[in-house]
Amino acid sequence: MAALTPTPAPAQPDGAAPARRRRGGTALLRWTILLVIGAYLLFPLLAMLEFSTRGPDGRTAEAWLAIGEDRQLLTAIATSLQLAALTVVGMLVLLLPTMVLVQLRLPRLHRLLEFVCLLPLTIPAIVIVVGLGPIYAWVGYLIGDTPLTLSFVYIVLVLPYAYRALDAGLRAFDLKTLAEAAQSLGASWWSVMLRVVVPNMRAAILSAALISVALVLGEFTIASLLNYPTLQVQVNNIGKRDAALSVAVSLAALMFGFLLLLALSFAGRRRKGGE
Amino acid sequence: MSTLNDPPHAGAPEPPGPARTRSRAATWLRTARDYAGAVPFFAFVAVFLLWPTGIVVSGALTGADGTFSLENVAAVTGSVHLAAFGRSVWLSLITALIGAIAGALLSWAISSGAGSAGAESRLRRVVTAFSGVLAQFGGVMLAFAFLATVGLQGWLTLILRDVLGLDLFAAGNWLYDMPGLVLVYCYFQIPLMTIVFLPALDGLRKQWREANESLGGSAWHYWRYVAGPILAPAFAGSFLLLFANAFSSFATAAALVSQGGPIVTLQIRNALTSEVILGQADIGYALAFGMVVVVAVVMSLYALLQRRTARWLR
Repeated sequence: MAALTPTPAPAQPDGAAPARRRRGGTALLRWTILLVIGAYLLFPLLAMLEFSTRGPDGRTAEAWLAIGEDRQLLTAIATSLQLAALTVVGMLVLLLPTMVLVQLRLPRLHRLLEFVCLLPLTIPAIVIVVGLGPIYAWVGYLIGDTPLTLSFVYIVLVLPYAYRALDAGLRAFDLKTLAEAAQSLGASWWSVMLRVVVPNMRAAILSAALISVALVLGEFTIASLLNYPTLQVQVNNIGKRDAALSVAVSLAALMFGFLLLLALSFAGRRRKGGE
Repeated sequence: MSTLNDPPHAGAPEPPGPARTRSRAATWLRTARDYAGAVPFFAFVAVFLLWPTGIVVSGALTGADGTFSLENVAAVTGSVHLAAFGRSVWLSLITALIGAIAGALLSWAISSGAGSAGAESRLRRVVTAFSGVLAQFGGVMLAFAFLATVGLQGWLTLILRDVLGLDLFAAGNWLYDMPGLVLVYCYFQIPLMTIVFLPALDGLRKQWREANESLGGSAWHYWRYVAGPILAPAFAGSFLLLFANAFSSFATAAALVSQGGPIVTLQIRNALTSEVILGQADIGYALAFGMVVVVAVVMSLYALLQRRTARWLR
């Protein structure tokens, strides 16, 4: 109660001054936080630039040019990009029709689907790897021993993120009404998927794809423990022989990831705009 | 129309007699077909997520003779592995705490920007993308970032040595041990906190602050009695998420510490890569099982808190 009494009406005229002072204090605090934490987050990136351009006398771009000449590294980048593409396609083919089916016809499974999709957040990748040996022995036997088989387990890893993105997209339009309209006009199930669902969810699908690509390109745990030479595994290996090169590749990959996620934020905005 | 929705439209008369049984059979068939459509997805997840997890759990809980036994779990709890669990928990706790506080401050600094249009502000977009890179994409690369900064030949190491005459490594090679892991883990924990905590701050309504001010409350009152209690579950939930994240993180530590294993995830790597030693596979199962238990407990608490958070922040 006491806190309420000292603000009678007469205090109003000069009430503006403390408010401004407070706002000034807030701004100062805000900028201090941004500077201190920003410095902690940005300094290592600048250090990577400095480290990777360090030459015997002055600056050199040698390490950066070496990225284009390292055969193993280029192969690994190609492998990771193919993995990303396979994972995105597999994730969309498996997950999107199931989500649509569940929303339209099997609402009882909704909780279960959500639970299963978020489950990989609770089971660490390294735990999955420990149990994956026998399964990948079968996969290798049936499909062949190629790094691209990693996309199977990567589809599982991206599920939580892809699910969230697609779920937001599904909520943004009235699927039930549109699907009923299409089917009453004679559209088949696949026609509904391709001509009603996909066009209405372009932004959400793009979001899900971008986050999946980012996760696959950054994945190390499973690839390294199953001994498949993906981008991250090679970056780690290079670190043991050529520090400057590995730092240059790391910085390049981080910048690439940044652009990818920046694109993601725009995909998200378009989705909101289209609502 | 009727092919889509199970319940027939209200008022439509039920067809009597044999037609009715046929339609019931048709309904049943359709339902079966719908469920069949969901099979590929759930079968896939069963093979690539549930099966490996099942192998871990059964591997941890069966003895050499194939029956239920706690000998593998006991082998882990009574050895150096238990110390690794302790170090993992400690590392996760401390980096989750630092990350949660610093990340919450950073989120506040971004979201309270004057003139920013909330979720659309440019600063925010850049910071979110940047945080996403460090929190979810970084992994191995973050280890190299710190080698370039405070490694033996790192930029900061050289600056401190040449300008201030300080030797960062006077106390030993700390970067490749627990202190180094704390430093590097914070580098992805703070950004992760920023990502998960920003939406919570968005939930704070401007009117609440205005109501506080018009009633004569100070900024302290606002944070102590309005924003604080509302944000508390979200903060605690984020803290748990950060804990689970650090606890199950592998890539950064693996790239930084190439040999040995102070923490659980690295010990699992040792168990997986040194299969020559008999019984290492069982140790791997038991360690992984222990991780599942810890993370499952933490994530369940997280889910509970999420439910509480959702009440206020819509």
